[in-house]
Amino acid sequence: MTIVLDAPRIVITRPLMTLKNVSKSYGAVQAVRDASVEVFPGEVMGIVGESGSGKSTLLRMMNLEDTPDTGSYTLDLPDVQGNLFELDRFARRMLCATKIGIVYQNPHLGLLMNHSSSGNVAERLLVAGERRFLVLRDKAQIALEASEFPLERLDAPPIELSGGMQQRVQLAKAIALEPALLLLDEPTTGLDVSVQALVLDTLKRLQQDRQITMVIVSHDLGVIRTMADRVIVMRRGVVVESGLADQIFQDPQHPYTQQLVHAKL
Amino acid sequence: MSLKTLTRDWEPMSYGFLDASAKRELRRKMLKAVAVPGCQMPYASREVPMARGWGTGGLQVSLTLINPKTCVKVIDQGADDSVNAASIRSFLAKVSGAPTTLDTLKADLIQSRHRIPEEVLREDQVLVLQVPNPEPLRSVQPNMSIARQMHADADYGRMWLQLYEQIVRSGRIMQGASYPSMVNGRHVMTPSPIPRWDVPKLNMAKHLTILSAGREKRIFAVPPYTRVEPLVFDDVPYKVEDHAKLTCNRSGARGFFMNEIPQEDGSSTHEISDSEYGVKAIRRTEGDDIVLGDTWYKNGEMSS
Amino acid sequence: MTLVLDVQSLTKGFTMHHLNTQMAAFDDISFGLHAGEFLLLKGTNGAGKSTLLRTLYRSYLAQSGAVLFQSSHGVIDLIRAADVDITHLRRTEIGFVTQFLVARPRVSAQALVAEPLRQAGHSAEAALDEARRWLSAFGVKEELWRAYPTTFSGGEQQKVNLARALILPQKLLLLDEPTASLDVQARTALVARLAELKSQGTAMIGVFHHPDDVSHLIDRVIDLTPNASNPEDREDVAYECKTGAA
Repeated sequence: MTIVLDAPRIVITRPLMTLKNVSKSYGAVQAVRDASVEVFPGEVMGIVGESGSGKSTLLRMMNLEDTPDTGSYTLDLPDVQGNLFELDRFARRMLCATKIGIVYQNPHLGLLMNHSSSGNVAERLLVAGERRFLVLRDKAQIALEASEFPLERLDAPPIELSGGMQQRVQLAKAIALEPALLLLDEPTTGLDVSVQALVLDTLKRLQQDRQITMVIVSHDLGVIRTMADRVIVMRRGVVVESGLADQIFQDPQHPYTQQLVHAKL
Repeated sequence: MSLKTLTRDWEPMSYGFLDASAKRELRRKMLKAVAVPGCQMPYASREVPMARGWGTGGLQVSLTLINPKTCVKVIDQGADDSVNAASIRSFLAKVSGAPTTLDTLKADLIQSRHRIPEEVLREDQVLVLQVPNPEPLRSVQPNMSIARQMHADADYGRMWLQLYEQIVRSGRIMQGASYPSMVNGRHVMTPSPIPRWDVPKLNMAKHLTILSAGREKRIFAVPPYTRVEPLVFDDVPYKVEDHAKLTCNRSGARGFFMNEIPQEDGSSTHEISDSEYGVKAIRRTEGDDIVLGDTWYKNGEMSS
Repeated sequence: MTLVLDVQSLTKGFTMHHLNTQMAAFDDISFGLHAGEFLLLKGTNGAGKSTLLRTLYRSYLAQSGAVLFQSSHGVIDLIRAADVDITHLRRTEIGFVTQFLVARPRVSAQALVAEPLRQAGHSAEAALDEARRWLSAFGVKEELWRAYPTTFSGGEQQKVNLARALILPQKLLLLDEPTASLDVQARTALVARLAELKSQGTAMIGVFHHPDDVSHLIDRVIDLTPNASNPEDREDVAYECKTGAA
């Protein structure tokens, strides 16, 4: 036992997603300061922090909705190269549609509320160029089924659905193209506790069945604890601590993390 | 002493009602529109003595293109004799001295609302279509700034979503008029509220079509010999209205786009929508020396 | 005999920022663990037995020292290894058994037990069959297999948890009082399973309130009571050597 490998990883060598030294200011407010995040294939990464900590800004950047002032973003996928922040609008949209899925806290951001649920899912496939009606219908149905959406409501518009069901439609839309990265922005915030548990369970099941790499942002530590393998803690735009989920919750190192964990009911 | 002795006789301030700079702008925008088929070009829509929404866009194009030798035909829903068509026709003649006609074959310039004539248009003819709403993306993207970006990116996925929704809700595509169509493989346009029946007539047509929306201040064009393809799913073919077997009860013409005339007993009869074609057909049966032109549809089938 | 774990001068304490204090847990612990060896941790309450287990599992971060683990990928220091490696090792080589079940809503008992096998790449059907076998061995009634453990009594939850934790043979197993408040049948099944795993070469470190249940498995004992002699000495002094063990 004389050879000791250094800290760098032995098992999985390359992260799927790498955000490096990302900073973003809105006017005088620095939303994110020099944040670096790596997410590995098949892993669930949780981002916690109070409102205004920059966690949602970071997620929006991962979805290429926002560009930082400095920093780079790479995805380790066969047909994706370079700093994604430098892509033009067209390439960016194509990449977002085919490689990245997102579920927003507010379903109005992610869904066309008056179109059918299946149509909302089909839209993703249409953006990717699918032009066969029956294929669209089949694939939408499969994605909705995987999200445990009741198929008898396949064509109901989201506006007529409950909050939990709307999140399932968003989820189906996000996974319809089997993205490499699934982003979840407070996916269960605002839902009833029981509904929240069901949605989390669906997410967990999907993650296990498909080994989807996920990044989940929440201010709810319970959600992060249930979902995440690893956690990063953000405060005032800065990543103050990162580690295994159980370590962050059982043996937090940073004063702020301790405060956060101890504040949990 | 009367007012007449004190004033000069009326004469137009400028030829063809519009002033020279307005016509120059329209010409430039039309050239741009021809250069980028199907792409909407903004223009400064002028005031004309007609309410916005009644064909002011088409009228401005006609006023720009017209000269004393241009033979003008104006139709509204296929008919030359509706009030709106008649008013525009007489206005065009009055401000330019141009001759007018009802016969598609004799016209150089045809301004139309909601129809394309049944007789095939030639290379020397120009069709001007009045457009109420030029933006095909409006129903799927209410934000016009984003809609323009979508045009720039050829991001038209949502147009199919609209069709998807119609099939899901009604079992078939319900879009009757203004059927969104891809022009030259690049820009999706609304062909103005012409029926589905008329859209195939634009594909690789010999004539120039200019579409103009006065209220929305947009001009776009389908140049001669340009592809116009209605958006369809690969597995749901494009269908025109089921008028192939209908017969006009006045002219006996068969296999053309018809107007349905409801009857008192609840049934309905049909009349050909292209009224002048019907008139010509009747006169020919009565023995007049009438030339019926080649038609796009033969026996109710679009001939390619 | 292969050395599975080589713990060198491991030190752990907690910093409590809101109190501005440091609390020492254990200091400068060293020991080695071989394949198929069973090590009992003992000591008074608060001596740091559970803390040591959690530090080895990386739920707690050590302050200094090294924990060299002979993984199938080579030797890796569990204290400094990257988080992803730890996650991976936890799925494949290092198990942790507690008395507390982390049940999830709407996941059946058998699905929960089958999960480690699923993650290790077994087919859904094979994993479920194996899961049912272990639920039965631990005495969970068949009508409960498809039910959700969130509604189970504490004892039944614990059985589900044990079945889940022990279903997949691991290289290293950390046991944190798994027998507490367990009924006789389950306890017997547990001990039998531990013996089986041990004979297959699983190295184990355990904390037991009543070590009598597993006394025949114990190879060595480490006493973490403060002021006890240093770890190396403890190994020598306080060990209870069983026949057949080295």
